[in-house]
Formats: sequence, structure tokens, C-alpha cells
Amino acid sequence: MTKWYRENAPITADKLADELMRLKRGSVSRRHFLGVTGLGLATAVLARQPSLFNSAAYAAGELGTQMSIATWPNYHDPATFESFTAATGVAVEVNVFGSNEEMLAKLQAGGTGWDLFVPTNYTISTYVKLGLIDELDLSKLPNYDASTENARFTNEGIVDGKTYAVPKNWGTTGIAVNADKIKAPVTSWKDFFEIAMTEADGRAMVHDYQLTTIGNALVSLGFSFNSIKPEELAKAEELLIKVKPHLYAINSDYQPSMRATDAWMTMCWTNDGAQLNRDMPEIKFVLGKDGGEIWSDFYAIPKSAANKPAGYALLDYLMTPANAVKEHIANGAPTTDSRVMKLLPTDVTSNKIVYPDEANLTPLEFGAAVTLTDPGRAELMARFKSA
Amino acid sequence: MRVATNTKRNLITAALIAPAAAWLTVFLVLPFIAMLVFAFGERAPEGGYQPAFTFVQFANLPTRAAAFWNTLMLAPAGALLCLIVAYPVAYYLAVKANPRYRLLLVSLVVVPFWTSLLVRTYAWMYILGSRGIPNLLSMIGIEDVRMLNTPGAVLLGIVYGYLPLMIMPIYVSLEKLDRRLLEASADLGGKPVSTFLGVTLPLSLPGVMTGVALVTILLLGEYLIPQLLGGGKVFFIGNALVDLFLQSRNWPFGSAIAVTLVAVVVVVLMVAMRIAWKVAGTRQVDLV
Repeated sequence: MTKWYRENAPITADKLADELMRLKRGSVSRRHFLGVTGLGLATAVLARQPSLFNSAAYAAGELGTQMSIATWPNYHDPATFESFTAATGVAVEVNVFGSNEEMLAKLQAGGTGWDLFVPTNYTISTYVKLGLIDELDLSKLPNYDASTENARFTNEGIVDGKTYAVPKNWGTTGIAVNADKIKAPVTSWKDFFEIAMTEADGRAMVHDYQLTTIGNALVSLGFSFNSIKPEELAKAEELLIKVKPHLYAINSDYQPSMRATDAWMTMCWTNDGAQLNRDMPEIKFVLGKDGGEIWSDFYAIPKSAANKPAGYALLDYLMTPANAVKEHIANGAPTTDSRVMKLLPTDVTSNKIVYPDEANLTPLEFGAAVTLTDPGRAELMARFKSA
Repeated sequence: MRVATNTKRNLITAALIAPAAAWLTVFLVLPFIAMLVFAFGERAPEGGYQPAFTFVQFANLPTRAAAFWNTLMLAPAGALLCLIVAYPVAYYLAVKANPRYRLLLVSLVVVPFWTSLLVRTYAWMYILGSRGIPNLLSMIGIEDVRMLNTPGAVLLGIVYGYLPLMIMPIYVSLEKLDRRLLEASADLGGKPVSTFLGVTLPLSLPGVMTGVALVTILLLGEYLIPQLLGGGKVFFIGNALVDLFLQSRNWPFGSAIAVTLVAVVVVVLMVAMRIAWKVAGTRQVDLV
């Protein structure tokens, strides 16, 4: 005889375990899993509870009238900042950077005026070590919920048990290819560098950023993305200098060139890949089957911030699922927060650029802290550019 | 009495010079000393500077030979191109233009300065990019022309950006030109070409040299135009410096390169001025 609750449950225990295993293997999407198990509906209902932020009102002048954020190109929905300004009266100045090194350099030199910035996973431990960022006061971030975050992408924000940074989103560094212009298949970083010297001669771009440009050159040669071994770096330098005359540009802001079809192929972050593909379907985004980078970006507050109350207010605003979901739809980067995941429309969550199959992520590596400070990599990049 | 007046005069002179002297000490001499000290230091493990006394930064200078070479070639080349384009314009403005419209025309030369160079250089990125001139060329059957991110694009940007700085000094020196000298030359049988080469050009040389020196010096520190129109591939010393301070955070090496650049500029300038004095046969060059 079957129990009544079993008959009413959307899924049997056996079926749930089965689906869970399929999710773990990566053969179904998280969205599918949440859908068939009914967990999605349950959390979606919970998530629609009015949040603390919605009821919190800031007294006039409490947050000042302006603040400044340092972030990456094409990484936010401009409407987010406009609605934040409308809600709080604080105008947001946006500074855009092409590398973590540049952000670190500015903070080391002092006087940035940033109240919030967006460092990548591998840099947080160095910022903490140098005393450049504050431990976050989580009581000022009521809309942040550590329990709904995917630990795989958030652990580097926590140093010695203290939370210094909370995740913005995760992503990968792959290859964007204009299939109308390049007919040869591009499936690996090895292909990328070969085609950059042949079919895409004068039309390929690499980042103005040591981590990805050196890292992907290393990967194409069969080495680790994070290598700091001098003999491996020497081989990567040789390759990069050989490729350089064939490149269109060395620039981390590659969307304008790809959109104008000045460039036909570029190193590309997930969010840019999704944006480019959305507007120009002929631009494909592929992950190197030989490796590459998986990353998560964080929000952190510099110790030197001039307007910390506004920094916290904007951060909490961005952590509010209803606001974060708009950001994710606009910038196309995958979320680390299951609350946001549930609010995203199916066409986003089923987009393989944004949420690739787990198997494609396996060869990828997270950036390692040592690459940020290693003088060998820094100097290699500078030599490559000035060669 | 006479001594007293002299003291007073000296005091007034000192008072007049003091603000400029203080300004130069605080914003030029002290930073330069800091840079010299840094140049003999070491890169800290996480980047930046840590005290030391080493010549290793100067020993590493050859690794930036390409950037120095690019700068030392493209800066004078850019200045000369500017000169070739600017001289006829300045000549027209000073000698040929109707005096009624002269002020208007001279203002038009300066008008672009009212907009930021950054914005104007961005405009060139779109003009030279695939949707700009190459797109027009493809309409008449010339496909896949690439203009942006080439040395030619950088030179074009340089000529465009610095042209007014070349036109103005030449214009000023030509405007002062005594017309009677031209008439005298003609009276003595000089053809227009020989009058120009024998009278006009030598008399405008101070303006030419000022313009060339001004543009060359500014170009030696150029960063923006190679970055935007050269795609980070046409590399000036200015770009190498930005990289050393903002990417590899090697302040000592950056300082060593900056100090070397200053030394090179001083030498280039002195040699150029010597040559100028010889050519002009006069010591009336109003620079340095």
C-alpha cells in the first residue's frame, strides 16, 4: 500500500537520488534538476518573500551623494546603477579596468577613491596579505546569503575564516570566433594560436592581461595555465612573440573590435561571449578542450574607501536577487547564487555559453594566487608588449 | 643709495620668481629625486618598491630597446610629417589669407583643442575601423583593408593631434616677416622659389624649430595615440612606462626607464638646438 505523502510528492525518493546523480555527472542542467524535483518551485516561493532591503530606507544624506566602483568592461547593466541612484540618491562613478594587476597597482599606489571593486578569485589572498581590503561586515549585507552560494566559486573570498569578498558571478575564459570569417574549426588554444598566424592573420586579439594571455599560451603548449616555471614561461614567451606581428591588437576590451568585425577571433570571457553571440549569432564562443581558465569575480571594499556606507549599500543592492537577476540577464555571466538562478529565464539558464556542460569545464583551472605576484610572469607580459 | 636700490630690485625679482621656483621644486625637482632613488631600488615581492642599492634596473634597459627605438624614430618622424602638413597652412594663414578672415581662420586651427584628445582619437578609431573607410572601400570592390592598429594609423593620429602645435609657432614667425624683404628679393631678380628658400624659410626657422621641438618632446612621452590607434602593438616608451607601473608594478625599473628617457630627451634637444643654431646662423632660437 502506498503512503499518501508519497503519492502527492512531485518525485519519489529513488527518482530524486537518480536525478541528483545525473546532475552531479553534469548530464542534466541545474534548472532541469530543480524543475523535476520541485525544489526550484519551493525556493522560488521563498525567494519572493519581501527582502530586508526593500523595506530598508536610508535617511537622506546618510550615504553621501556619490561613490565610485572599479570593475571590468561590459560587466553591468547601466540601469542597475541608475535605479540604485534613484533609490538612494548616490551617484555611481564607474571605472573600467582590463586586468587585476592594474587594479592592484592602483590600490597599492593609494588614493583610488573606490568604494567597491571587482577583484577575481586568485587575487583576494594577496589583497588581504597587503592589508588593502576590509573584512566585510556581513550585518550590513542582509541580502547576501552564504548558504545559497555555490562554495566552489566562493571559497576564495574567505581567508582564515573571515569573509573579505562576496561573489559577483563566475565564468570562463574561452575563444570567441566569427564563423562567417573563419572557416577552420577552433576547439583549443593550440588552434587559437595557429589560426591567429594563418587564417586570422591580423584579425586575432589577446588580452592585455598576463593571467589569460600567458596562461592560454602555456595551455596551448601543454603546460599548466598557472605555470611559473622559467623554462615553460620561456616557451610561452617564444610563442607569444612569434604570434605578436600577426595580432590585430592586445586589448582586454575586445567587444567593439569584434562587433565592428575588425577582429575575427579573440580571447573572451563568458559574459562577453554571451553578449556577442546574443547580438551577432555568427560569433561563437568555445572553451579550449586543452584547458584554460575558470574564474569567479568578487565584490570587495578597499580599506581606503572614502564612502564605505555607500559601498555597502550598493553591494547589498547588488546582492538582492531581484536586482542581481537583471545584472545577470544583461551581462550574460553565470551566477553563483541559487536564489538568482531560480529567477533567471530558461533561455539564459539553457544557454550553453553561460552554463556549459560540466564535462567542458573539467580541463579548466582556477587562476593561482602566485601568478599575480610572480615577477617572471609580470616581466614576460611587459616584454611581450614592448617587443 | 645705489646698493639699497639694487637690494630692493633683487628682492622684487626674488618675489616674482618664488612662486615658479617653489612650483618647480615641489612638482619637478622632488619627484625627480624620488624617481632617481627608486631607480636604484628593487621591486617588492608583491610589486611596488623596496629600498636597495643596485644597478640591475639600468642593466635591464636593453629589454626595452624596441620601445626606445620606436619612440626615437616615430617621434621625430611624426614631428616632420606635422611640419610638412603645417608649413603650407601657416604660410597661407600668415601671408596669403585675407586679413579680414585671418583671426577666424587662426581660431579654427585651435578649435579642435576644445574637445578632449581622447574623444577625438576615439573618433578616429571608428573612422579607420571596419565600419569606416574600409567599409567604403569594400563598396568599390577593395575588400578587407585593415587600417586601424597599424603604424600608419598611429602616424595619422599624431599628425592630426599635434598639427595645431606646429602651425601656431610657424604662423607667428611668418606673421612677423617684413614684407619689404620679399620685395627687395624680387627687385634683385629673385624668383618666387629662391625668395622662399633664401628669405622666407630662413626667417621662419625659429618658428619651425620651436614647433618641431615642441611636438617631438610631447611625442616622446606619448601614450594615448599608440594605445588607441596602435592596438597596444605600436609601442612607445610611454606605453612601456604605463605597463611597468600599472601591470607588472615594477616601480624601480619604471623609474630607471623614466630617468633614462629624460636624459635622452635632454641630449636629443641639445643636439637639435645646436644644429638649429648652425642652420639658422643666429642665436635667436627662442627655446631652451
